Amino acid sequence: MKSDITLTVDGQRYALTVDNRVTLLDALRDNLGVTSAKKGCDHGQCGSCTVLLNGRRATTCLAFAVAHDEADITTSAGLAQDGDLHPLHRAFIDHDAFQCGYCTPGQICSAVGMLDEARQGWPSAVTAEVTSAPPLDTAEIRERMSGNLCRCGACVNIVAAISEVATGRRLAAFPSAAEPRQERWS
Amino acid sequence: MIPFEYKQAEDEHTAVATVTGNSRAAFLGGGTNLVDHMKLGIAAPELLVDVTRLPLDRIECLPDGGLRVGAAVRNSDLAADSAVRERYPVLTQALLAGASGQLRNLATTGGNLLQRTRCVYFQDTTTPCNKREPGQGCSALEGHTRYHAVLGASKHCVAVHPSDMAVALAALDALVHVQGPDGGRAIPATELHRLPGEHPEWDTVLRHGELITAVELPPLPFATRSRYRKARDRASFAFALVSVAAALDVTDGIVRGARIAFGGLAHKPWRARLAEQALLGRPATDDEFRASAEAELADAQPLPGNEFKLPMARNMLVATLRELSGDDAP
Repeated sequence: MKSDITLTVDGQRYALTVDNRVTLLDALRDNLGVTSAKKGCDHGQCGSCTVLLNGRRATTCLAFAVAHDEADITTSAGLAQDGDLHPLHRAFIDHDAFQCGYCTPGQICSAVGMLDEARQGWPSAVTAEVTSAPPLDTAEIRERMSGNLCRCGACVNIVAAISEVATGRRLAAFPSAAEPRQERWS
Repeated sequence: MIPFEYKQAEDEHTAVATVTGNSRAAFLGGGTNLVDHMKLGIAAPELLVDVTRLPLDRIECLPDGGLRVGAAVRNSDLAADSAVRERYPVLTQALLAGASGQLRNLATTGGNLLQRTRCVYFQDTTTPCNKREPGQGCSALEGHTRYHAVLGASKHCVAVHPSDMAVALAALDALVHVQGPDGGRAIPATELHRLPGEHPEWDTVLRHGELITAVELPPLPFATRSRYRKARDRASFAFALVSVAAALDVTDGIVRGARIAFGGLAHKPWRARLAEQALLGRPATDDEFRASAEAELADAQPLPGNEFKLPMARNMLVATLRELSGDDAP
């Protein structure tokens, strides 16, 4: 059984017909040829397939495409604009925050979404007082990124890269995932 | 995965009627558990009725000081809600202790309550499991029991309920509102989930076609001092070995009110009424906290391999109550 849906992926609108069993991840990769999001565990446990789904980070392997008709999706590749890498892309490179790179697109999307959540004042499981809006120290970043697994052991550098973007000189250039695409790179 | 038909629910009543009319239909929420089960071959619905776009995504403050949470509210939004954080910090902490940021952005309140056990034998269709296929036998009884139940289990099933959120809701005396083919009803959160008994295949008291529409949190002023504590095999993104949800009212060093529930110990969130009774009117001391835990756990029947859960549960309860009774308590 099939359904007609529309997805906007990295600013491009697609109309497609999908078998109802196809996940968002498989629709991206197999139907649209968008391979930025990676298939790791395919069971929601590794985070490799994370994208920004309507502005919020989400895994795509446990979401049927048919249930996300009209969704706006940004992949890690789509975070780059006009040949310019996203500040998180650059920070990952500068900090040597990946080895094989397979989990990196999911890590990047998750970090973008996570920084937005933190900017909204959301607490995490390591926040001592949940009525507060905690600063993004190392413990907070580790907890908030725990849905993304890296088997290479680059984790320490991932935290360092995100920390730099969250707190350092790259902050001013950092766009919000919730903002419309065209306004992100002012 | 078998082919299935997909429908967007138009309204509650149509959604309920559609699922009621087809024994192989299911409601679809965020999908983070159901889709996984369809991939694993544990669930094979032929019709999915998507209820995520129904207008059930609001959190409303009630006149009596309580909260009404729509069933389609995402776990991340519920955890971040300012009224929840102020009035029921235990609920925010429980939600944030579960899954990952990406999954909490998808998962819904109703779906979280209806997630099924992560017992490895239930998830592995090549091993016998009475919960998946009644009459097959329970592989866990002779298997790896580290994660299994120590309270309320039966010879047919020793699986534990996985939700962190549900443990907090059990402690808070939440009400679960459901809509069914014969109208609506409200079920106390403590009575939504079942112990396995002879029918481990039934996780809850819901009938086929009944849809969770909202969760209502009654006012509980002393829940501003409440906490969720969780022990697991890694620092984050893992199910509980043992968890504790507690709220404590201490005046002049005496316990005036206590709400306690355990996760990871039973087939359902385990409301610790014996421990609560043991604490009422008693001094807020470690000895009393320890005695209350012993009262609750006296009838526990651990399996070879999960005896550690008893001292773990006792110590976690003592530490949690100590923290809640201290001068620097939240």
